[in-house]
Amino acid sequence: MLVTSPGSGQVNKPQRRWHIAVFLAPAVLVYTAIMILPLFGTMQLSLYKIIEGQQVFVGLDNFRHLLGDERLSSTFWNALSNNSIFFLIHMLVQNPIGILLAAILSNSRLRFRAWYRTAIFIPTILSFVIVGFVWKLILSPLWGVAPDLLDLVGLKSLYKPWLGKEQYALITLSLISVWQFVGIPMMLIYAALISIPEDILEAAECDGITGMKQFWKIKLPLILPTIGIISILTFVANFNAFDLIYVTQGALAGPDYSTDILGTFLYRTFFGFQLQLGDKNLGATIASLMFLIILAGVCIYLFAIQRRLRRYTF
Amino acid sequence: MSTVRNSISNSVASHAVLLLYTFIALFPVVLIVINSFKTRKAIFRSPLSPPNEETFSTVGYETVMKQGDFILYFQNSLIVTVVSIFFVLLFGAMAAFALSEYRFKGNTLMGLYLALGIMIPIRLGTVSILQLMVATGLVNTLTALILVYTAQGLPLAIFILSEFMHQVSKDLKDAGRIDGLSEYRIFYRLVMPLVRPALATVAIFTMIPIWNDLWFPLILAPAEATKTVTLGSQVFIGQFVTDWNAVLAALSMAIVPVLLLYIIFSRQLISGLTAGAVK
Amino acid sequence: MNTTNKVNKTASLLATSMIGLSALGLSAGVYAQDAELTIESWRNDDLSIWQDKIIPAFEAKHPGIKVTFAPSAPAEYNAVLNSKLEAGSAGDLITCRPFDASLALYDQGYLASLADLPGMGNFSDVAKSAWITDDGKNPFCVPMASVIHGFIYNKDAFAELGLSVPETEADFFAALDKIKEQGDYIPMSMGTSDQWEAATMGYQNIGPNYWKGEEGRLGLIDGSQSLTDAQWVAPYEQLAKWGAYLGDGYEAQTYPDSQNLFTLGRAAIYPAGSWEITGFNANADFELGAFIPPVAAAGNECYISDHTDIGIGMNAKSENADAAKTFLNWVASAEFASLYANALPGFFPLSNDPVTLEDPLAQEFISWREKCNSTIRSTYQILSRGTPNLENETWNASANVIKGTESPADAAKRLQDGLASWYKP
Repeated sequence: MLVTSPGSGQVNKPQRRWHIAVFLAPAVLVYTAIMILPLFGTMQLSLYKIIEGQQVFVGLDNFRHLLGDERLSSTFWNALSNNSIFFLIHMLVQNPIGILLAAILSNSRLRFRAWYRTAIFIPTILSFVIVGFVWKLILSPLWGVAPDLLDLVGLKSLYKPWLGKEQYALITLSLISVWQFVGIPMMLIYAALISIPEDILEAAECDGITGMKQFWKIKLPLILPTIGIISILTFVANFNAFDLIYVTQGALAGPDYSTDILGTFLYRTFFGFQLQLGDKNLGATIASLMFLIILAGVCIYLFAIQRRLRRYTF
Repeated sequence: MSTVRNSISNSVASHAVLLLYTFIALFPVVLIVINSFKTRKAIFRSPLSPPNEETFSTVGYETVMKQGDFILYFQNSLIVTVVSIFFVLLFGAMAAFALSEYRFKGNTLMGLYLALGIMIPIRLGTVSILQLMVATGLVNTLTALILVYTAQGLPLAIFILSEFMHQVSKDLKDAGRIDGLSEYRIFYRLVMPLVRPALATVAIFTMIPIWNDLWFPLILAPAEATKTVTLGSQVFIGQFVTDWNAVLAALSMAIVPVLLLYIIFSRQLISGLTAGAVK
Repeated sequence: MNTTNKVNKTASLLATSMIGLSALGLSAGVYAQDAELTIESWRNDDLSIWQDKIIPAFEAKHPGIKVTFAPSAPAEYNAVLNSKLEAGSAGDLITCRPFDASLALYDQGYLASLADLPGMGNFSDVAKSAWITDDGKNPFCVPMASVIHGFIYNKDAFAELGLSVPETEADFFAALDKIKEQGDYIPMSMGTSDQWEAATMGYQNIGPNYWKGEEGRLGLIDGSQSLTDAQWVAPYEQLAKWGAYLGDGYEAQTYPDSQNLFTLGRAAIYPAGSWEITGFNANADFELGAFIPPVAAAGNECYISDHTDIGIGMNAKSENADAAKTFLNWVASAEFASLYANALPGFFPLSNDPVTLEDPLAQEFISWREKCNSTIRSTYQILSRGTPNLENETWNASANVIKGTESPADAAKRLQDGLASWYKP
């Protein structure tokens, strides 16, 4: 149908390359109509305010209100700092465990690899409702699975009602989330590890680089781009997180807002909660700020980090 | 000699780590399933023991089955999930190919535009989406859900797939071009098979949030005929629920189908992964 | 408004004549096709009662109208309903939360005025107060039920320990001490994990005795009282003592945990709302009793929270307005009141028609209306219109006070400051 330019690299070819449009069109159309336009419609509410029943354009007033009002801004900063802790725990726990498991699994001489891989990924396919429910049961002081298990190893005194204590609740929830999602970094890194060509590894073995040394010196640098993608996906997912905290602690993110993250703050404000009526304009303001935070993170990744991680084409 | 011992102790250590983690991963799931087959008293008295003759009970399942047509719900979930995955993979791979293969004006901008969607929760657009569906008469149809999930899955799919497509050998494609293959054939015949592992990965990532989503079924398609499994079982997990037999049974029933689906996919995934590795 | 009323009048006239016709068997078929009603509700626990009892009773009386009960979970109800109303896909009949949440829906034009619904005559002004415009002219939901707070206790446990029903604060804590000392039972079953338990079953349950019910509540609204006054801090001082009598790890105990703890016979007292009756009857294999929130000193007048909790209104954009009105009129009837009250003991009807309750525990609760002064929850009317939201903050403060992480005085001050930041009496 169309004459195409050979070779991808050459720009300024005389022919119009219609195939690019054909490849892009379906995704762009569906995505624009059903995601971007509705979201754009919501986001622009952040510049409006309801005054006497009418939406009136107020510029950046809502942002000034959110960050200037003592109560609102302290809620916002609390949510942001909790969210950062949530992200940090994922980076420090989820990704190293994922790399470790993937590294072990990628050893082709290991037996039962498929079985392990399937089993470890199972928590990831569960819904938040299930994850929240079952962990609440396990950690419940009443049902006693966690206290009983600790009792078995003689550590009963270590048991605390973790989800109910301000100082532990956020960390506990972060770890539950890690438990749920560790399968994702594991799978991605596993895919990256097994697609390292054999000849590179054989060459390394000839040079006497094996075992741990081989992992650090050869494999890790090769999978750095994948680790980069995982980090940015973790960042985006964590700053959009909402469901787990909502199903375990409710929209008020108890105890005493100690597990409140941007997602729960946004939900409470946008849709309202119990007697609190939803405030679309203020909600959209929070959403816009979240969006800016995430966008900043993604841009740092795309322009500062990804460029330095040279892609290895095999 | 020492290397043999070394590799044995290595593999013992590997299995120990993997077994430990497998236990951690599976324990909660097993807990739900075994307790769903127990009497209410036994659930509380000895949550860790499997059901025995005395404590075995299927009362939870009976309650759940009475509440709704779970076979139909399962069918709805399956249709929505499978069709959405298909479109996400097809459209996503096409767009990712365009972005990673060709240099054109606005490439980076387009990439960023398509990635915006992973940065804002789509839930915020709920009202506009619902208005759109009302206007087009798609409320209470599975089509509404499929459209939303396709749109929702695309950004991540494009993001991951274009990373993988960057890695496909340039020589191969250029060889194809010299052989006179059209760009469409290059995409379909050469590139798609090579990114199969990534496709399988994206399929699984896309499947999970779709299968487990509660929000859009609740808003866009709450009718009896279009209920999904997650929405159907949610009736038992409200704020005022104490019937743990029913809750556990409903949860088990929500887990098992997606587990089967995953295991089926995971075979594909493994062969996909190996195919990718051997190239 | 005038035009709406006219339209409504015409519509109800039309409805009446249609029903007349269908009764004659002339146009039943045509009518049946046109009238399918969907009820939006958060009461997913009541699904089977609506499906098996209430709807069949209505449909038997009104062939030609088909009704579907479509509940969503309580926590999502407001968000789901608002989205559907805004987009125009909500059901014909809307279950109404009391006060401002529903008032906002009326003000935005989503709920129809029911000023000319004949059935509204069956309700007192108090019953209607939760679903009426501030000027008292336009009711927009038919009141369905109220719930009463108090304490439910395990009669067998009380008999075993030789305890009698506590009437004063001193009796109450003496009983708790005795249960704790004896050790077989957890004295009281409540957790702070879900927060609302602490506020609703704690603060709003015992509070009216201190702030003297309506007197205090209205005082707060007109600005003559403040949350830092002694009568408003006193319930927090009581709650601060509760922590010692709750089960181990109550900080992480959820609402279903509390219910199970009590119905499995492991706790002696349950700070309750009357809506628990159905579930407790089904799950507890011991005898249940109930007592009024204890008063500070013997002989004091008692106050109970008898809270208008649930109503039902009509979607202003319903295409089946006539059928919807027929349904609402039926909800206002004595038949519905009796059906509902006995299908769901613990949800007490609000209509003027006398209703005979069969459940003994429900009878006990409703008998308090004679003995004590009734009031509604202090935070619901007007005071939760702004942000910070007084109701939500009360959840948080009550949980903090029970856990001892915030002193009663501090909590009261925080609430008052929050309220004063947007509310000017």
